[in-house]
Amino acid sequence: MDNLLSITIAVMLLPLAGAIVAGLFGKLIGRTATHSVTIALMGIVFLLSIYLCNQIILKGHPAIDATLYHWVASGPFQWDVAILLDRLSAVMLLVVSFVSLVVHIYSVAYMHDDPGYERFFSYVSLFTFAMITLVLANNFLLLFFGWEGVGLVSYLLIGFWFQKDAATAGGLKAFIANRVGDVGFILAMAVILMVFHSFHYSDVFAAVPAMSNQTMLFGGHVCSVITLICILLLIGAMGKSAQLPLHVWLPESMEGPTPISALIHAATMVTAGIYMIARMSPLFEYSEVALSLILVIGATTCLLMGLVAVVQHDIKRVIAYSTLSQLGYMMVALGASAYDAAIFHLITHAFFKALLFLSAGSVIIALHHEQDMRRMGGLARSMPITYLTFAIGALALAAIPPFSGFYSKDMIIEAVHLSTTSGAHYAYLCVLAGAFLTPLYIFRAFFLIFHGKKKIHGPIYENGWTTLIPLIALAIPSVMIGGVLIYPMLFSTPHLLGDSIFVLPAHQWLLSASASYHGALSMAMTAKASTPFWLALIAIAISWIVNVQHASIGDHLKSVFHRTYAVLVAGFGFDRFNECVWVRGARALGAFFYQVADLKMIDGFFVNGSGRLIRFISNTGRLLQTGFIYHYALVMVIALLFFVGRFLLGF
Amino acid sequence: MIPESYFLFVSALLFGLGVAGIIINRKNLITVLMSIELILLSVNTNFITFSYFLHNTVGQVFVFFILTVAAAEAAIGLAILVILFRERGNIEVDQLNTLRG
Repeated sequence: MDNLLSITIAVMLLPLAGAIVAGLFGKLIGRTATHSVTIALMGIVFLLSIYLCNQIILKGHPAIDATLYHWVASGPFQWDVAILLDRLSAVMLLVVSFVSLVVHIYSVAYMHDDPGYERFFSYVSLFTFAMITLVLANNFLLLFFGWEGVGLVSYLLIGFWFQKDAATAGGLKAFIANRVGDVGFILAMAVILMVFHSFHYSDVFAAVPAMSNQTMLFGGHVCSVITLICILLLIGAMGKSAQLPLHVWLPESMEGPTPISALIHAATMVTAGIYMIARMSPLFEYSEVALSLILVIGATTCLLMGLVAVVQHDIKRVIAYSTLSQLGYMMVALGASAYDAAIFHLITHAFFKALLFLSAGSVIIALHHEQDMRRMGGLARSMPITYLTFAIGALALAAIPPFSGFYSKDMIIEAVHLSTTSGAHYAYLCVLAGAFLTPLYIFRAFFLIFHGKKKIHGPIYENGWTTLIPLIALAIPSVMIGGVLIYPMLFSTPHLLGDSIFVLPAHQWLLSASASYHGALSMAMTAKASTPFWLALIAIAISWIVNVQHASIGDHLKSVFHRTYAVLVAGFGFDRFNECVWVRGARALGAFFYQVADLKMIDGFFVNGSGRLIRFISNTGRLLQTGFIYHYALVMVIALLFFVGRFLLGF
Repeated sequence: MIPESYFLFVSALLFGLGVAGIIINRKNLITVLMSIELILLSVNTNFITFSYFLHNTVGQVFVFFILTVAAAEAAIGLAILVILFRERGNIEVDQLNTLRG
């Protein structure tokens, strides 16, 4: 027990140590030492995570719920820095530390010529620390600490190349969009503290069933306490996990270095919202309304962002929109109470999306930071390993059996299909459409980059091993992890995540699916009977025809549907809407307050006004000071008469 | 026997004349000095009146003090006046507004 606890603390603090060493002493110890230290620490963290996972999940060690120290004690409230290592956080820990380690190694080559080399490693380690804190928290306050920590590092890393205007603007956009979500999260915490008088998960979750019928006033409306908390938490998750309409920051975040896009904006940070909702499953289970809302928002994000991804030209943006779409899938799974499936997809997605990003990064390095796919083509022969790993990532994303994405996505679609939560039908149609769109856009990118005519002159070389090893390290789980994990995650009793996840008996939709499950292999073999599989194949075929065989079809379609095309390129106008309503509205409001409140009222009325008033009184008063003695004497006499009169007449 | 109030009436009249002399006079600073003397005299008259009717001599003693002070004051006032005339060339009250704010 003690042993495991100290290992957990080490896992939490080692990345912080790495960040401090790289950040404060990076220039002192030099580049090689910086990356050696941070990579070594991450390696240790990864090994310790494996050990913890082994102990908790395979050996069945009971969950660790321990207080490290009391953070704040105020009146009846006590807030602790306390950790909870159960099955869910152990699994997340493994994913985070693995992807982080791989990205650390990959960055050595990718950031090689960058002047901010040490700073970069410091940030990445700091991010890992914040993410691990988020995952290991056992109360809402520490969760929020990690939540804000990853948000901060995300901001720092998007704006890593701060000389670039687009990068600073992107960082700012991410920061502000996340703040909108955080308002929801903070309000949710306030309601939780008000209703449950505690921030600890275990206290809150234990009290939920008794509270499920309680109502309270919010904004003048009577609403169920649980639903209110869930919806506010959902707003927080929408900000962090980039769901409609708070998704606008994620495409912008692609201004950051590519390893960061892989680590933060694909594999880990953006899944924090998914993790949070899965962690709060005992809360969400008691709110049908919130579940339906999650379903609808997730499904809409999944569909719309998949559509937008089809028309992007920047290789990283395609993958970014794909991430949005996949996060939509995870949300849908959460809404359908298939928390295990959501975490399952989170894990597989972390691997294959990080793989796709790093492969894209490999292409970008080879082409000297060219990101426009229209100028690529025919790279398959020059970069065979990148070609292969990108293909694996694409196949996994497109849910082709037996790659990992197939299992997780198929299970989500199955769960939504079986779910009777209101909104599930709509969600089912959306995720089916998504299953068609996903292969369409990712294979469009794939064919544009690696097939067709070579458009760049001069020789192109495959990258060195520091780039390729991470790709291979990610490609292996991208192929295998789905088939390996599907049985323990979804069908074994107890599930891999065990009692970390709570599902009401009425919501266990996947239970009926488990009857027809006969092993991962047979599931892959029988895929030909499922609609999503055929949709995916058709989509790949279409994208082959349009992008490689007859490139003119694409232009023809573009001119026929030019209006739809414009809408898609504009990303359904969310950016324009934000620009017009929020940005200009805020500016107009700011100008109004500056002109009226600040200039007229405070400066004009209060500050200058009081000065003017004093001047007016003095100017009037000085008229009395004529300097003639007889005037003063008169005043004296009048005063004397007044007081004498007052004394005599008694008024 | 002249009643007490007659004396007091004269005294009040003198006082009023003195005050009016200070306020109304616009020309000569000497008039102001004279008006002040008049006010002091009205006070003296009051003292003597009450001293007589109340059979208390303290009031009459006080009058001597006041006369002395008045004489000293007049001397100082005239001295200031002479210096003022040397400085400014006139002693018109309307011109004396250096105190003006």
